[in-house]
Amino acid sequence: MTEFSVAHETFVIERTYDAPAAQVFRAWADPTRKARWFAGSADALGAGYELDFRVGGHEVNRGGPPDGPIYTYDSEFRDIIPDARIVSTYEMFADGTRISVSLATVEFHDEGGTTRLVLTEQGAFLDGHDTAAQREEGTRSFLVSLGAFLDGETS
Amino acid sequence: MLERLTSGPASVSELAEPLAMSLAAVVQHVQVLESCGLVRTEKVGRTRMCRIERAAMTAAEHWIADRHREWEARLDRLGDILIEETATEEGP
Repeated sequence: MTEFSVAHETFVIERTYDAPAAQVFRAWADPTRKARWFAGSADALGAGYELDFRVGGHEVNRGGPPDGPIYTYDSEFRDIIPDARIVSTYEMFADGTRISVSLATVEFHDEGGTTRLVLTEQGAFLDGHDTAAQREEGTRSFLVSLGAFLDGETS
Repeated sequence: MLERLTSGPASVSELAEPLAMSLAAVVQHVQVLESCGLVRTEKVGRTRMCRIERAAMTAAEHWIADRHREWEARLDRLGDILIEETATEEGP
């Protein structure tokens, strides 16, 4: 028997970068720059990562642990205001199974040379798909985050 | 730190002991873990006890915590790239 369920979740992340909004926006719009921080490496471009930055264009990122499922992120841009706002919707798949559908909004607030970035994600999580591999992946990305946090602290 | 907490609750100073980090830095990391929903802390007398929260999480909470952490990691990397670019443009 298949059980269907949906859970709605929202989170907001704010960051302030010591760079003008145009420069921060460029890092979201330019495929080579975005591959570096979004997919983790410029080499990912054309090897699992694609970016077609225009309204109606898609961004795709594929990957996963060696023995686990292939996770696919497939995003479509819905609204773009240069240097100010990006709205996209995206789906996550584990192999062929749709795990979630989300709305992601990024706002760039130029505050006199620095930029306050506000990322809001609103998601519908489908059918409680959760695997050990997914948790492992989550922990791994968390550790990357912690590493970056530590680097920031020591530099 | 998370590995230590999987074997049971610990105080902040117990967490700091095996690490080459200041107590203040450990406190900061615990706060990050707490904001990610991975760790719960509780003041017991004069010590702050930390325990892992993960077992209590539902699949949906796992998902949201994973998305959240993924974005945190990405936005950290974005910050690194911006710093690098600024340094390059200003030149030595």
